[in-house]
Amino acid sequence: MKGFKFLLAGVIFGITMVKSEAVSWYRIQEMFRFQSFHMYGIIGTAVTLGIISVYMIKRFKIKDVLGSEIMIPNKDNQWTKYILGGLIFGLGWALTGACPGPMFVNIGYGYLTMIIVVAGALAGTYLYGLLKSKLPH
Amino acid sequence: MSGMAIALIMITLLYFGKSFGFSSNLRTLCTLTGAGKKVKFFDFDWKTQKWNLLFLLGSVLGGIVASTLLKSEQPLQLSAATVRDLKTLGIRFDGQLEPEQLFGIHALSVKNIMLMLVGGLLVGFGSRYAGGCTSGHAISGLSNLQVPSLLAVVGFFIGGLVMTHFLFPLIF
Repeated sequence: MKGFKFLLAGVIFGITMVKSEAVSWYRIQEMFRFQSFHMYGIIGTAVTLGIISVYMIKRFKIKDVLGSEIMIPNKDNQWTKYILGGLIFGLGWALTGACPGPMFVNIGYGYLTMIIVVAGALAGTYLYGLLKSKLPH
Repeated sequence: MSGMAIALIMITLLYFGKSFGFSSNLRTLCTLTGAGKKVKFFDFDWKTQKWNLLFLLGSVLGGIVASTLLKSEQPLQLSAATVRDLKTLGIRFDGQLEPEQLFGIHALSVKNIMLMLVGGLLVGFGSRYAGGCTSGHAISGLSNLQVPSLLAVVGFFIGGLVMTHFLFPLIF
């Protein structure tokens, strides 16, 4: 079972998202209204630890399980797509209270109507693929 | 605690030679439905993303575990100010994770379905346009000190603020 570890990582992710309440529409509203430190605490901790670990990985040239050095590809240096794409994403994030991960976690939790949100997200992804060449990047 | 767990998941995936980014799965799912025949963007070997699909499946299972074995009976502790603001918009705080009024199966209305579809569409379109979502940019990207990810996260926030403060009063 080579894929089992990824399945397990997903299970831990799902449980973490529910337990931290990061899957909650209410918490996302609270965040965008700056009325609690809750979400900022979670993201802030993750990023702080992430920065330290990625720095260590690079500094000590830590190798992955296959023995090759861990390489994290840099993002390309365009501006438009990050800002415009980010903006569109943010509109949807606040409306549904769910980014792509939490949508699926919510379905598992029992909020079956989130299937509609996922259907919308798939349609949106498809639409992007269709229009990609016509969009400014 | 949760932030630590998220960072740990990212590092674990890096250790296994992968990078944490959930929204790529949406593209893979499009490919699986045969979108690659019509649109070049979806024409890639989905098997390279099998690990990520397993991660997705795991996250659904994690949701199931959290609602059964690890279910908490504690109501959500939302800040009083948010409860008040939502009340002004006509949205009642019910102590659950999601407002029953919007996502409840018995509250399904044309309006709610439209909100979910359009919201999902924006998330799907935006995350692919920006090349990542909260996990890919806010967590993985910022951890790697990527300026583009910072731009995307600023975009996420501007979009979220516009929706919350300007569009919500028009929608609700």
